[in-house]
Amino acid sequence: MDDLSLHVLDIIENSVSAGATIVEVEIVEEIRQNRLIIKIDDNGRGMNKEILAKVLDPFYTQKTVRRVGLGLSMLAQAAKEAGGSFDIRSTPGKGTHIKATFVHDHIDRKPIGDMAETICAFIVGSGINIDMVYRHRKDNAEFVFSTADVKKMLNGVVINHPEIIAFLKQHIRDGLDEISERSRK
Amino acid sequence: MKKLKIGDLAKIRDKVRKTAVLRQGKARAKITVHMGTCGIAAGARSILSSLLEDIRKKKLDDVIVTTSGCAGLCSREPMATVEITGKPPVKYVDLTVEKMRKILNQHIIKGTIANEYALAVGSERTH
Repeated sequence: MDDLSLHVLDIIENSVSAGATIVEVEIVEEIRQNRLIIKIDDNGRGMNKEILAKVLDPFYTQKTVRRVGLGLSMLAQAAKEAGGSFDIRSTPGKGTHIKATFVHDHIDRKPIGDMAETICAFIVGSGINIDMVYRHRKDNAEFVFSTADVKKMLNGVVINHPEIIAFLKQHIRDGLDEISERSRK
Repeated sequence: MKKLKIGDLAKIRDKVRKTAVLRQGKARAKITVHMGTCGIAAGARSILSSLLEDIRKKKLDDVIVTTSGCAGLCSREPMATVEITGKPPVKYVDLTVEKMRKILNQHIIKGTIANEYALAVGSERTH
């Protein structure tokens, strides 16, 4: 994976497989503390202790089409390579919480990448059935995007329509630009 | 450029309402971009994104795009499956943005399978 936004897209696809109806992605950039945190929470079916103990093994997967997993272990590795840590908690029947931290200016920290593309790719595939909340905070400036709010406004028009997706992508990009500007002040 | 506010969405909603209803009904074609770990690592997200943009520009209101997980053929990712109503599905492999664009023009719009990018054309030769 070239950047962290691709890792995020990969991990939230797990939430889809786990039958989640809400997925929350939070990215926190604490520049002063030199820390980057990525949190992903879902309300999917979760995992028991036995499975949880195995998910970071790259050769573990619940898929039947191939015999290796890779997704979670690659994000954990990306965090560790950038002086950070990785934590996963899960409760069967309730959901899964993932937290990856990185040293923000670590030379091996992958760039965040294009989060607008990631959120929109998720909406194209799963946006009708699954709600997504995306928060991105840079020091004190925060951008929040929620598909539930968008759907209310759409009043029955499908959220994965190409025109809507194009709008949302630009909306997210603008929001992220804005918090970058504000955090610099 | 003026920043897009979420309130501006209402205008687009009203503009697309008619075709959006059509989309929910019966689509003529469905394109599924495979988005497993392998697909994403190989570039599936850019393919999805540019495909959607092409469909928007060409106003192909009877084509729907969705995603799926890993299909088990990770070494041939990025992959996409094209289904035209009433025709057998076709799996395309080793995709790039340009190949996907050709497939859109040739297979989805004109109805001719892009053989050179398909996984297999006929599976076995017996003579």
